[in-house]
Amino acid sequence: MKVGVVTFPGTLDDRDAARAATHAGTTAVSLWHNDADLKGVDAVILPGGFSYGDYLRCGAISRFAPVMEKIIDAANGGMPLLGICNGFQVLCEAHLLPGALTRNHELHFLCRDQKLEITNNQTAWTTSYKVGQEIVIPLKNGEGSFQCDDATLAALEGEGRIIARYVGENPNGSRNKIAGITNERGNVVGLMPHPEHAIDPLTGPTADGLGFFTSVLNAMVK
Amino acid sequence: MALDTVAIAKANPDTNQPYAELGLKGDEYTRIKEILGRRPTSSELAMYSVMWSEHCSYKSSKVHLKQFGDKVVKTDALLVGIGENAGVVDVGQGYAVTFKIESHNHPSFIEPYQGAATGVGGIVRDILTMGARPIAVMDPLRFGPADAADTRRVLPGIIAGVGGYGNCLGLPNIGGEVVFDETYIGNPLVNALCVGVMKHSDIKLAKAAGAGNLVVLYGAKTGGDGIGGVSVLASETFDATGPAKRPAVQVGDPFVEKVLIECSLEIFAEDLVVGIQDLGGAGLSCATSELASGGSGGMKVELDRVLLRDATLSPEEILMSESQERMCAIVEPKHIARFLEICKKWDVTVTVIGEVTDGERLEITWHGELIVDVPPRTVAHEGPVYNRPLAKPEYIDRVNAEVINVPRPETAEQIKETVLKLAATPNLADKSWVTAQYDRYVQGNTIQSQPDDSGMVRIDEKTNLGVAIATDANANWSYLNPYEGAKLALAEAARNIATAGAKPLAVTNCLNFGSPEDPGVMWQFAESVRGLADGCLEMGLPVTGGNVSFYNQTGAVAILPTPVIGVLGVIDDVRTRTPMSFDRAELQLFLLGDTNDDIAGSEWAYMHGQRGGKAPIADLQREMRLINLLVAGRTSQIFTAAHDLSQGGLSATLTEMVLRHNVGAIIDIEKPGTTLISESPGRVVVAVDPTKSAALLALAAKENIAITKIGTTGGSSLIINGADISLTELRKAHTETFPKLFG
Repeated sequence: MKVGVVTFPGTLDDRDAARAATHAGTTAVSLWHNDADLKGVDAVILPGGFSYGDYLRCGAISRFAPVMEKIIDAANGGMPLLGICNGFQVLCEAHLLPGALTRNHELHFLCRDQKLEITNNQTAWTTSYKVGQEIVIPLKNGEGSFQCDDATLAALEGEGRIIARYVGENPNGSRNKIAGITNERGNVVGLMPHPEHAIDPLTGPTADGLGFFTSVLNAMVK
Repeated sequence: MALDTVAIAKANPDTNQPYAELGLKGDEYTRIKEILGRRPTSSELAMYSVMWSEHCSYKSSKVHLKQFGDKVVKTDALLVGIGENAGVVDVGQGYAVTFKIESHNHPSFIEPYQGAATGVGGIVRDILTMGARPIAVMDPLRFGPADAADTRRVLPGIIAGVGGYGNCLGLPNIGGEVVFDETYIGNPLVNALCVGVMKHSDIKLAKAAGAGNLVVLYGAKTGGDGIGGVSVLASETFDATGPAKRPAVQVGDPFVEKVLIECSLEIFAEDLVVGIQDLGGAGLSCATSELASGGSGGMKVELDRVLLRDATLSPEEILMSESQERMCAIVEPKHIARFLEICKKWDVTVTVIGEVTDGERLEITWHGELIVDVPPRTVAHEGPVYNRPLAKPEYIDRVNAEVINVPRPETAEQIKETVLKLAATPNLADKSWVTAQYDRYVQGNTIQSQPDDSGMVRIDEKTNLGVAIATDANANWSYLNPYEGAKLALAEAARNIATAGAKPLAVTNCLNFGSPEDPGVMWQFAESVRGLADGCLEMGLPVTGGNVSFYNQTGAVAILPTPVIGVLGVIDDVRTRTPMSFDRAELQLFLLGDTNDDIAGSEWAYMHGQRGGKAPIADLQREMRLINLLVAGRTSQIFTAAHDLSQGGLSATLTEMVLRHNVGAIIDIEKPGTTLISESPGRVVVAVDPTKSAALLALAAKENIAITKIGTTGGSSLIINGADISLTELRKAHTETFPKLFG
């Protein structure tokens, strides 16, 4: 199974995401922002970073990259798509997911080991977890506060589309402590913390993040 | 301003020139005229003034720095030594590592965010320039008192600037220091370290060889920022009454630098450059003159081809501009098409601005008119050299004679109060408020970062080869005895590498001092360099490069002499490193090394307003035996944990160990009034499983290192001689300080 990892100018965690996908048993394929070609991949990860320097708004320019046209089409057709951190911001800008990520309420970049509760294990990226399972993976961003209007929040809550919440103190002021959400179909997931940095306790706080990448393998093999 | 050309300079030899305003002394100006046989053009004057500034020419420090070359350390590890952008060290398995520290002190005082940000940007480009992929950064920082109003102005901006730039480059921040002292109040120190890795065959040098090769400028366009930054900012003492000098601070764009890094690495991978130089201090003046003198000496540049952000810039300003995120490469004509293609892929602006010639002159034209015609070595390397007067300051004997009188923690109550006070004092308090603003995870190879003794990154995922780096300075000791202070900082940095089990290999430094025009400061500097050179020779560690920052003083008050020493080490398998703390009970705790009544220069003395006494004398032979013990113990997997003792002594070390994994300890020590607060060098606390204690004792005996059992791990308190300090209250004391001070 092939998982595409997109590199925009300013993307930082592309090698980490590729390493995590490989670790989980998939084949990572590098996708370049300027190529309108998905190279036959079965799923795509939009990794973290500061694509286009976060100019204008985080993710606002990346969503217009040639590769995104193909990705949006494929995601609308059901292809699993995971946006991590800046990738989540791109998914919101591309309207594949609702809401927006705004500056952390304390106005600092924040890097820490973050406890999350998995609240939906029916998406393409979360089947390896149990509902209610607590995991610890790194959180690192300056603009990670998930915001949306009340109607959207009610819909996300009502339809079980919140896939993970922060446990303990709210690190960034996200509404309802939202760390990640999914679309109606469950193939597109946006997540603010970084599972790709938690695949091996040697280099991360835990190996808890690996489940996101094994989930997509399972989803495709099924 | 009318264009000043070489022809005009010849025709009008007596024109008045603003050399003094540009920071040149009268005799330096005369020397330029002698070199050229005429007055310089205004562009030449601009070049000489920035390149002959203290910051670029090392004119006051050169005569002392020579010792790093004279006291030669026998080593095979050094692949590239002092003189290039950064030294390169062989770490085995075909890998080479390059690392360097630089200061960005003055700009960070004026404009904290941009000053700190471009400090990171500059050192990263130095590392990139060697052909290496930058893999981590560290930031030793020093500020005025934590509760001073100006510290609240500069500290948040500097931290945000370090994070804002480094995070955006995708470089993990793996450590550093945050130190407070009143002498840094008008002179915060922002030192930035970067480390990069490459294969031996990928090393690049700053030289422009081969007539007909092209001079290519790529990266950001050139703007009006940072003009004269080098001479105006870095080489003049701040005058309390002078006007704000804000426009001279550079403004950085980390996104452009990130793209420049990836673009450059792709260019290097295809071996498309003959030589390369980044544009930092002194901008194009520096890059062209250094590249030309690194090669055969001849170069022609058409300055009007440089792409500008501001079309009104004069040639003098273009030559002096310190706009960030620019590189200058020497490219063979056959490779230029591919070079331009890679730049296009990354949307990086690129222009061919000239070519290498077989002459010996650097000739720069502006729309066809010759405005610079100089021997490049006279600009880059043959600047003035000063043997400045130095004299032992009168304060030394006076403060050395002072007797330290501080409260001694003897009773359980006093012990508890002392431990909590030390845990909470800004210099020793938990620094998460700072480090949480830095990305430590990106690239996925970070093994250790703050608050570990050293930063450690894996450089090969298959073999698990890694490097460790620590930076240290103890300015309190350097103030009392600069010679010993430098040696002690070297020993501490090396020890911080070794506690994890890595083997120290090489040294870099960032020497922060007051004004070299003050004979007392010059003496502090000379003694520090002598101490560091002697120390490196004794420990067999080569100095691979460094940086000098003078003029860190406001009026007559100089900063404490602050030689920041960085040591790089190698570890063959990062999975076997010794962690800094324990996560289980019933381990035995031992103190390695001798504890004397070393209170002078300690944090406890500083907290009680006492700056005097005598600094300890470094015993580097013993430090080397301790390092051997730590590396051997790691190799044979004796240790569960090891943690260095430094500022705050045993009290601070135990605090950090028990809080790391929330596992307490029961400690029993003799003479707590000394043992708890003394900062005797060459000591480490180790935790071992009881089954390993015999092996540890044997190892300590073999290396002739004193060893004392001080307790066992376990429980939810740190109990010292019956003083029960719950981890909850200890954590509260340790972690509350920074959020309270800085929000």
